[in-house]
Amino acid sequence: MTALTLYDKVWQQHVVREEKDGTALLYIDRHLVHEVTSPQAFEGLQINQRDLWRKSSILAVPDHNVPTTDREQGISDPVARLQVETLDQNCANHAITEFKMDDRRQGIVHVIGPEQGATLPGMTVVCGDSHTSTHGAFAALAFGIGTSEVEHVMATQCLLQKKSKNMRITIEGPVEAGVTAKDIVLAIIGEIGTAGGTGFAIEFAGEAIQNLSMEGRMTVCNMTIEAGARAGMIACDQTTIDYIKGRPYAPQGDLWDKAVDHWHTLHSDESAVFDREIVIQGAEIQPQVTWGTSPEMVIPVTASVPDPAEESDQVKADGMQKALDYMGLKPNTPLDEVFVDKVFIGSCTNSRVEDLRAAAAVAKGRKVADNVRQALVVPGSGLVKEAAEEEGLDKIFIEAGFEWREPGCSMCLAMNADRLEPGERCASTSNRNFEGRQGQGGRTHLVSPAMAAAAAVFGHFTDVRKI
Amino acid sequence: MEKFEKFTGIVAPMDRANIDTDAIIPKQYLKSIKRSGFGPNLFDDWRYLDPGAPGIDDRDRRVNPEFVLNVTPYDQGQILLARENFGCGSSREHAVWALTDFGFKVVIAPSFADIFYNNSFKNGLLPIVLDADIVDQLFKEVQVEQDYQLSIDLDQQVVTNADGVQMYFEIDDFRKYCLLNGLDDIGLTLQHADEIKLFEQQYYQNSPWLQ
Ligand code: SF4
Repeated sequence: MTALTLYDKVWQQHVVREEKDGTALLYIDRHLVHEVTSPQAFEGLQINQRDLWRKSSILAVPDHNVPTTDREQGISDPVARLQVETLDQNCANHAITEFKMDDRRQGIVHVIGPEQGATLPGMTVVCGDSHTSTHGAFAALAFGIGTSEVEHVMATQCLLQKKSKNMRITIEGPVEAGVTAKDIVLAIIGEIGTAGGTGFAIEFAGEAIQNLSMEGRMTVCNMTIEAGARAGMIACDQTTIDYIKGRPYAPQGDLWDKAVDHWHTLHSDESAVFDREIVIQGAEIQPQVTWGTSPEMVIPVTASVPDPAEESDQVKADGMQKALDYMGLKPNTPLDEVFVDKVFIGSCTNSRVEDLRAAAAVAKGRKVADNVRQALVVPGSGLVKEAAEEEGLDKIFIEAGFEWREPGCSMCLAMNADRLEPGERCASTSNRNFEGRQGQGGRTHLVSPAMAAAAAVFGHFTDVRKI
Repeated sequence: MEKFEKFTGIVAPMDRANIDTDAIIPKQYLKSIKRSGFGPNLFDDWRYLDPGAPGIDDRDRRVNPEFVLNVTPYDQGQILLARENFGCGSSREHAVWALTDFGFKVVIAPSFADIFYNNSFKNGLLPIVLDADIVDQLFKEVQVEQDYQLSIDLDQQVVTNADGVQMYFEIDDFRKYCLLNGLDDIGLTLQHADEIKLFEQQYYQNSPWLQ
């Protein structure tokens, strides 16, 4: 038998049929749904009088638009409210499981899937959201889809897909203390670029990846899309299995044992061949900070803002200049002299309890710096919030001057009231530093939770390894 | 979906790499529960000088006179020319809806982000990948000639300029077939409903914990 990659295995297990040109009809196990990309899909079903193929595959939650304060008051923005109500209505009409805004299990769609055990190894997982790649941490084939595809999955339980090529990124050896999953993935994107993974499914491997908790693995897979690949995956091991055991949607008893037997096969065969292999030394990865308007514009915290004058490729130099102008940065400024106005700790990249712990460890006994106007901590879900409060993390943050909020996407994309004002600079644990992402004219620097907390208490970027 | 016919159209140049979906349609417009009406807010942050939001009448806003889509004849553009990694970022199909609502039928770039590329076909927007060198040449030609046009022939898979120079492009047979015939994916897939059911039987027997 030919040796297969993890991606090959999960792919093959889900192919229903194949066209001559290789377009496959791929079976979908789990469909996560949120308010922004689903209304037009439900409408499409209705117009064509089509039913849902397998309702039990769907888990729905409002997250992008929900307010992170005064939940009892409801949503004040009427347009956003209509969108959330539309989701509620659609789920009620079709008898779909939904964690509504006032449910303690509500949260960011990519946080609650794994938290509930609704994401399992070997599954195909889709959602109308590009960060669906997060779920690949569970050796699942998980990727974001558009609204037409959301409708397609609802009606047929399948998707039309072309197989991607295989890429493996190996992080050899361990990383230094203070270097997190976020730094690993930012360093990877810095290395291969935001289009480096286009057309590939990426498997992350190596000691530094194996050493990560499930939370950390989710952070890495989450940002696969920022490296251009729709799907990122990590082999199933004991860490994966331990995380899933006992969760509400996880199998039990005999079925659990059968499932675990299968899950143990979910890794690339020893002699599997990848179309592209990249090896990075863990020891060389340092805490990362983005300086520009694309996640590939990233440097170690110890470095200075790059100079377009030193770039020989004219198109690239122009791009760098545009980014620097937008970010209001001068070339050659050391990062620890860059002061921030706001800090955001949250998003599907970094809002799990481990992330909050890392940030709280830095915040503990310190105060948010005077130049920082607002420092937000937004847990990824209601359950993450409860767990953090049990450990007293909320108190640490509040004493230090952070705001402790209700779960949701919040300032990751600023669809609700949480946003940057024009020109404001933010240290953010989210995943995109695009122009206007966190508010029109806002300037985003992507960092790890510990680095964000450090920026909050020192007022500027600071190497967490030195504090 | 409408059938994709041969046409000749004005080329609007956007000389940038990594044009992301947040730039194509800013998030405040994603709150809509409709598929249409996104055209006036295509590239909103670049196109207008005042901030915009749903409910604000775009006709009352100051336009950025330098932005390409505010310049004649590009405001009538049907073909968008861009650099690498066009459409990166989110999965929002709103980005495609905004482009088609504005009047674009084709985007030409050296590369596209995967999800955007996929979404385009579902809405009759044809993403054409041409070599970076050729795209570079096209940018040069657009600069010289104000009313620059290209002809697109999907059936033959060629882009032709006014001088008759032909540029061949690749596309999957299945996608081409669907686009040329204006076919709805879901209807096509449902023709295989029995096969899906058969697959499910076997599948849940092998993986009972997923049932
Ligand atoms: S947290 Fe941000 S990236 Fe994640 S799903 Fe929400 S908006 Fe998207």
